[in-house]
Amino acid sequence: MILDAAGDQVVLHAPGYLLVLAIVLPVAGVLLSFLLGGRYAERTALCVIPLGLGIAIAILFEVSRAAKTLTYILGGWQPPLGIALRADGLSAAMLVTTALVIAATGLFARADFRTPNGVVEARSPLVFWTLLLAVWAALNAVFLGSDLFNLYVALELLTFAAVPLVCLSGRADTITAALRYLIFALAGSILYLLGTALLYGTYGTLDIVLLHERIGAEPAVWIAVALMTAGLLAKTALFPMHFWLPPAHAGAPAPASAVLSALVIKASYFLIIRIWFDVLPGPRSVAAAQMLGTMGAAAIIFGSVIALQQARLKLLIAYSTVAQIGYLFLMFPLVVGFDAQPWGNAAWTGGWIQLFSHAFAKAAMFMAAGLIAEALGHDRIADLDGVGRALPMTVLAFGIAGISLMGVPPSGGFVAKWLLLIASAEEGQWWWAAVIIIGGLLAGAYVVRVLTRMIAYPPKALLHSNVTRRREAIPLALAVCSLLLGFLPLQPSELLQIGRPGVIGSVPL
Amino acid sequence: MTGATIFGLCGAALVGLGLFGAIVNPQPLRKILAFNLLGGGVFLMFGVIARRGAAAGFFGDPVPQAMVITGIVVAFSATALAVALMLRLFQLSGRIALTPEPSAEAQSRGADG
Repeated sequence: MILDAAGDQVVLHAPGYLLVLAIVLPVAGVLLSFLLGGRYAERTALCVIPLGLGIAIAILFEVSRAAKTLTYILGGWQPPLGIALRADGLSAAMLVTTALVIAATGLFARADFRTPNGVVEARSPLVFWTLLLAVWAALNAVFLGSDLFNLYVALELLTFAAVPLVCLSGRADTITAALRYLIFALAGSILYLLGTALLYGTYGTLDIVLLHERIGAEPAVWIAVALMTAGLLAKTALFPMHFWLPPAHAGAPAPASAVLSALVIKASYFLIIRIWFDVLPGPRSVAAAQMLGTMGAAAIIFGSVIALQQARLKLLIAYSTVAQIGYLFLMFPLVVGFDAQPWGNAAWTGGWIQLFSHAFAKAAMFMAAGLIAEALGHDRIADLDGVGRALPMTVLAFGIAGISLMGVPPSGGFVAKWLLLIASAEEGQWWWAAVIIIGGLLAGAYVVRVLTRMIAYPPKALLHSNVTRRREAIPLALAVCSLLLGFLPLQPSELLQIGRPGVIGSVPL
Repeated sequence: MTGATIFGLCGAALVGLGLFGAIVNPQPLRKILAFNLLGGGVFLMFGVIARRGAAAGFFGDPVPQAMVITGIVVAFSATALAVALMLRLFQLSGRIALTPEPSAEAQSRGADG
């Protein structure tokens, strides 16, 4: 039974089933992979991926066509007793971004984790393909979930799927990184669960929409939101809780790093936004928002400076992730207190475009670094000379992704940083603008430092690479995706406002 | 002081002890045990909430009880995963610590291909 978001009357409309399919399909793929075993895990994943991509695009199409939230009530049981799945504009955009990155990762990983006929099945391909689908299912559950406890379960599923991806190679250092990641993630989820308990004890519901109507300004709410935000920050690896990220993301195999850095950390960020902007009614705490912004600014400066000092390419990219996460948190001081105002909306759009363009650019960079490491046998930045000769498309992908990270036009990173920059200038919070500019310069420095090595002339004695052009095309395609986001209009996006109250106005840019 | 309040305070104390242990102890096994203590405190809180939210004629609100059961399953899986990782780490390197080995090149050691 499907019920309209408005409430009582039963309105049958098919799109609600899409939300269920988006979660059930990858889960079915996981179960099937276990049943069929090693050789078939890859084929199962490669069958599920195009279907899932289609479902995500269909949801995006339905949400933008109807211009309202899609809702599915599980089993016809209305909240607060039942559980709802909801897809607003943000969820739909996240679903499509996730599906695109997962699809690219699947194509890219075929060479790393294949089991040709006649070869004995190994453990790591089975684990990789199963967990890739499991990560996808958990991410979709996070983006569609509308019940805070359900979201806790989805977060934990995501952790359990992501942690083994870190130590796929089985080396002792990657297992240490995985263990440290797991401990941070567990601390984060238990704090989140404690906040959930407090909210349920106070209001008797965990449904986001109902909670939004009932919630008031009370000490229990402040404590709950502080606990949940702190827990989710640890999972998002915002400075100063980023220590687990660089070894974990740099130690994983390239396709796994791409998924971890592009998507997994964004899920907990997405939940922070859900809690701050969908659960809490306004007015929100400006002081807390300024504190999150300050942590974001520290992440940008610190992450970029440390990235500049790295000797290994994958660690440089991982520290760049630490820095780029910071931009996402600049959204808080620029939006809170400016709700439903044009500049607040511009900052809102800027923050989300930063998330999408970083997802594409960072996945492209990790894949490019993986190909380079495969061709050279190492990823020491000092010895990258002339790799551009052997892998021109890979180096081009790395460069284009770098353009997006720096925020040079035309790129998604430029649109994002420009919107944030303009919003901070117009709102009179110029200090954030200074951080954005310095962060862009530092990103330029660490990208150019690597690129000058890659295209150095004369190249060192080379290297016969057996990397096929087809594999090189995948990071390039992802990098071009992040570039194409740069052709979005420099305006608050209507799609990202679907399902939330707020004035959608054009701003004079 | 009612029973629910006493149990609530006990839950809060367990959460505090667990959090303290997880932050202070450097050994992973102790951290995991501390998380289980912390989790126990949170589950006790859910129990208190279930008792307080009981409708007339019921012993407790069943929704938080269902959440505790799910939470215990999740905590069990998390502990199992952490212990499995620790065992593997011990097999490979002979020690369990979150800090890299003091000797240089921790990366190359313990590699099993």
